[in-house]
Amino acid sequence: MFELLGIPPQALFGQVLLGLINGAFYAVLSLGLAVIFGLLNIINFAHGALYMMGAFVAWMLLTYLGIPFWAALVVSPLIVGGIGMVIERTLLRPLHELDHLYSLLLTFGLTLVIAGLFQNFYGVSGKPYPIPAALTGVINLGFMFLPIYRAFIIVMAVIVCFGTWFLIEKTRLGSYLRAATENPEMVSAFGINVPMLITLTYGFGVALAAFAGVLAAPVYSVNPVMGNDLIIVVFAVIVIGGMGSIIGAILGGFSLGLVEGLTKVFYPEASTTIIFVIMALVLLLKPSGIFGREV
Amino acid sequence: MTHTTEHPGTIAPASQSGTMLEVSGLNGWYGESHVLHDVSLRVDAGEVVTLLGRNGAGKTTTLKAIMGLLKNRSGSIRFQGSELIDAPARTIAKMGVGYVPDDRGIFGSLSVMENLLLPPKVAEGGFELPAIYELFPNLKERLDSYGNKLSGGEQQMLSIARILRTGARFMLMDEPTEGLAPVIIHQIGRTVRRLKKAGFTILLVEQNFHFARELADRHYIVQEGRVIDEIRNDEVTDNLGKIQGYLGI
Repeated sequence: MFELLGIPPQALFGQVLLGLINGAFYAVLSLGLAVIFGLLNIINFAHGALYMMGAFVAWMLLTYLGIPFWAALVVSPLIVGGIGMVIERTLLRPLHELDHLYSLLLTFGLTLVIAGLFQNFYGVSGKPYPIPAALTGVINLGFMFLPIYRAFIIVMAVIVCFGTWFLIEKTRLGSYLRAATENPEMVSAFGINVPMLITLTYGFGVALAAFAGVLAAPVYSVNPVMGNDLIIVVFAVIVIGGMGSIIGAILGGFSLGLVEGLTKVFYPEASTTIIFVIMALVLLLKPSGIFGREV
Repeated sequence: MTHTTEHPGTIAPASQSGTMLEVSGLNGWYGESHVLHDVSLRVDAGEVVTLLGRNGAGKTTTLKAIMGLLKNRSGSIRFQGSELIDAPARTIAKMGVGYVPDDRGIFGSLSVMENLLLPPKVAEGGFELPAIYELFPNLKERLDSYGNKLSGGEQQMLSIARILRTGARFMLMDEPTEGLAPVIIHQIGRTVRRLKKAGFTILLVEQNFHFARELADRHYIVQEGRVIDEIRNDEVTDNLGKIQGYLGI
């Protein structure tokens, strides 16, 4: 087999794959944040906790009710999305007229409360979640072994990202959303129920986080702090992609995961900081983000 | 809540009669400041009525209050017999009140087509797309352009066109001629006349008095948040001096 700059191809492709998997999680999580930020102007700090909740709900469904992974992939986002809608209605809506700093603080506090509750009941050691039988095993691609579940993560993330992009950019409902992002008052003057649209949007963004959580359950251990490190990187991703930009969240998520993976191969020392270095550069050169609209 | 459903097809003649909108004792506030004082006015079905007045007189605020966009308001706003004073904007829109705001309210990140299709239908008998293209040929050429790429005149036409699609038969129009070239103003004037002929009822805010007197049946003069006078269009010539005094022209 060939070698590239002295790197064995197994190592290179292995890291590319890991990078794409991380990128898949970055993309789905930052997409949810972007959707929420676009319409609500809220930086949803609770996103990491809701991602964790998605994984935990999948684990509970399996452990207590025997509901398998495939069903959990749909049911868990619906449950957590529903909880998100309740949070929006009861906690975020009263803050709507105030400075956005208040909702940031509220969602940050929610993160602590949610993580604390799960820690109280389940500890921090983590719960195992089995890979569904149909997705176990590996495929030999010739130049590397590809674990089927990891490929599944990437494919599902691509499908969900494309579906969300299509929904927002190409459908009637999406045009309501984009219009309300720009001028909610005008949209309400057409007879559209904007408060309902806001609740649904928050629920949808939260459901995306929960979906990522379910996907993560079989590969990362399900534990109350699983969202903590991830969410910091995801915030860097949306700053780079452009706050509220759908396409920026998707492309930024995947490509920054890939960049991180490649950095692990070529310059491992920088692999945990590379995304933040890129964020600093983007903030210096184009503060609104690569796909962000100039304000 | 009644919708006029007796107008199938695109342009039907006026057949309604009676009072469409009756505003009485309307007061409005922006925060602490009291901006509308006991505004009372009436618009009959099929009429074009203008609110005339200087900058900052409260004309736009009056329209916003009727549309439900001025949250802090009291008094009475009756539309086709229903009380709207406590209704949110979305309910008022669904009852058949179309709003063409002074900033035109075009969504810059949406295409012309998306802007056109955005407002949901509120009643039967709205314009179909071919009829809209016939009325505003410029828009047809620009369906794929984004709203923020349009000229002021095109934005104004789009702002009117998208209401026509919804089937609303009553329109609040806020300074449709503002900042536009004379040839475009002429086209907007022609459009308003056609709508009137087709039975639309329009409450029009205008600073351009010459435009207003060409189209309107009656005029209300607004000054410092109050309606201070009402003049029928056929009395305008006799009252020209008075009107010019009010408007400072």
